[in-house]
Amino acid sequence: MAKATFERGYNALKEQIDAPIASFLSSCVHCGMCAEACLFYAETGDPRYTPIRKLEPLRKVWKQEYTLLGKLTSLLGIGKLTDGELAEWKEYVYDSCTLCGRCSLVCPVGNDLVYMIRKTREGLAAAGHAPEGQIEASKRAIKTGSPMGVTLHALNAQIKHVEANTGLSVPLDVQDANYMVLLSSMEIVNFPEYLEAIAKIMHQAGESWTLCSDAFEATNSGIQIGSSDIARELVSRVVNNAEKLNVKVVISPECGHAYSAIRWEGPNLIGRAYKFKVQHILEVLDEFRAANKLKTEGFEESRLTFHDPCQLVRRGGVVQQPRNLLNMVSKNFVEMEEHGIDNWCCGGGGGQSAIEEAEELRTKAFNRKKTQLDQLGVETLVTACANCRIVMEEGLEAYQMDIPIVGLTEMLVEHLVEEGGK
Amino acid sequence: MEANYTELLAWARGPGFEIALAIFTFGIILRLLEILMLGRKKDYFVARESRFGGGFRTMFSRFFVSGKTLQRSWFIIVVGYAFHLGLFVVLFLFTPHIILIQSSLGLNWPGLPSTLVNTVTIVTLLAMLALLFNRLTHKVTRYLSTLQDYFVWLVVFLPLLTGYMAYNHMGLSYQLMLALHILSVELLMVVFPFTKLMHTFTTFTSRWYTGASAAQRGVNI
Ligand code: SF4
Ligand code: SF4
Repeated sequence: MAKATFERGYNALKEQIDAPIASFLSSCVHCGMCAEACLFYAETGDPRYTPIRKLEPLRKVWKQEYTLLGKLTSLLGIGKLTDGELAEWKEYVYDSCTLCGRCSLVCPVGNDLVYMIRKTREGLAAAGHAPEGQIEASKRAIKTGSPMGVTLHALNAQIKHVEANTGLSVPLDVQDANYMVLLSSMEIVNFPEYLEAIAKIMHQAGESWTLCSDAFEATNSGIQIGSSDIARELVSRVVNNAEKLNVKVVISPECGHAYSAIRWEGPNLIGRAYKFKVQHILEVLDEFRAANKLKTEGFEESRLTFHDPCQLVRRGGVVQQPRNLLNMVSKNFVEMEEHGIDNWCCGGGGGQSAIEEAEELRTKAFNRKKTQLDQLGVETLVTACANCRIVMEEGLEAYQMDIPIVGLTEMLVEHLVEEGGK
Repeated sequence: MEANYTELLAWARGPGFEIALAIFTFGIILRLLEILMLGRKKDYFVARESRFGGGFRTMFSRFFVSGKTLQRSWFIIVVGYAFHLGLFVVLFLFTPHIILIQSSLGLNWPGLPSTLVNTVTIVTLLAMLALLFNRLTHKVTRYLSTLQDYFVWLVVFLPLLTGYMAYNHMGLSYQLMLALHILSVELLMVVFPFTKLMHTFTTFTSRWYTGASAAQRGVNI
């Protein structure tokens, strides 16, 4: 990576600006409605967290570079972006934004605010003002393939463990499989149940699948930090290996932003379509369900609800699938008041959870989810994102609430009919 | 003195209006070109739905607000609607305005009774005062607001106020009020392309872009 300078940051912002952004910035009437949609404003009441304010550096560059009036005023030295300002904006662009996209749903003039905040990160990252935690994670991802530094060695250990536990084999680097399964480091470290669940489900469905030793990590810290170069490098690893193995479908794990990264941003980053299809694990499971390849028995006893990962619903369109799947194994599934594309973020998405100094703010923001849960009085919280899960576990602990959180895939596996679906 | 006003009125109606109209028209074209010429990069992912349907849908769906969003922002939504609808009625359904538009564009449509428009003007003015009050007192809008927000408010408020006063023969002489009314409209036209007033047009392009990209991801908004 080139050295971070203000000039690079400025140019990165300049490069991001396209017709949608120019249209959005021309439209804002300063009505303040986007603030009410953002959990950081909603829980702190601090107007500095108003979404449209978070992309002020981008607006300044747009004005200065792409409008006649702005060009004239900047000749007089008015309204110019400074490095100090970029540095100051780290708090708004990273610490108090999870890229959840809720703000983009309410703006009366139709501004896609999260699109612009994501782009503003490119400027801060190039100018060297990204959070330390995210810079370190990106470096590790480039070097080891995993933002948490999880090595193939660790994965192999887990594969052995799963094979011993289940008596099933976990295929690695198999050519021409239907599915190539990606994992997130968090799953390898914290939730080994996920891989075991996949092995059992694939076995029951009778589908061929594989892991890839050179591309098992699904998350993309380049996208979170806002560095297209890093993001492109990370996504290329998956694409090249999947195409080498000639798989039909690459499955993004229970992680919201990993899905966004590989499904939507990836092809644009490398400038071409993939030769394989990308699906989130919930999409695959729902297809199995519809094709009668996923057979379950029995029902969960506890009253439960589902936390929608933002990137899956609002930014991904995977809304109905988790509900279909939950209803297979629960008769006591209740919805939060605002759910589906209206859900509230856990408070730690978009790389926010990697920012140590923002922990206090994250806990505050979690109060939104706490309030939603209190309203329902549920005994179990189900979700489909390892990051949401960790953030919410920490949040629940901070508020001394005793609600277990379960990944949807694992919950389904608990109910899998033994002997497979043959 | 009267003679001066006649001259002023004649200037406002003639050259003044032409200058304002030219700046207004060319300004808007320039601004729209500034925006649209930037273009957008091609998408290479496999979309779930076409951009077209979603873009079109969101252009209209954003007019409707419901549920929690309505609850949370009801004041700005209700008063904002009152203001926008009122402005529309006053601008396009007041018979003298229609006649003016007809004389230049040749289009014609029926207007509302003047007394009704007069009442609507009062409502619109009150809505604007309420919005200004909100801007000054709500912590978010107060924080966000810049000089432009207040200036634009004034530039929209003045034509409504002077028009109302002229119609009701209030304040200064009718001729002077009418001249001031026309001049204030001209000021509005001149600043329009270079301020947030552009949202009159760009709201639709913005909604289009947002709706189109949501549709590609299979999100119905
Ligand atoms: S909701 Fe839209 S118009 Fe209102 S302040 Fe936010 S970005 Fe601007
Ligand atoms: S994307 Fe989410 S966290 Fe970020 S500003 Fe918008 S509502 Fe707030």
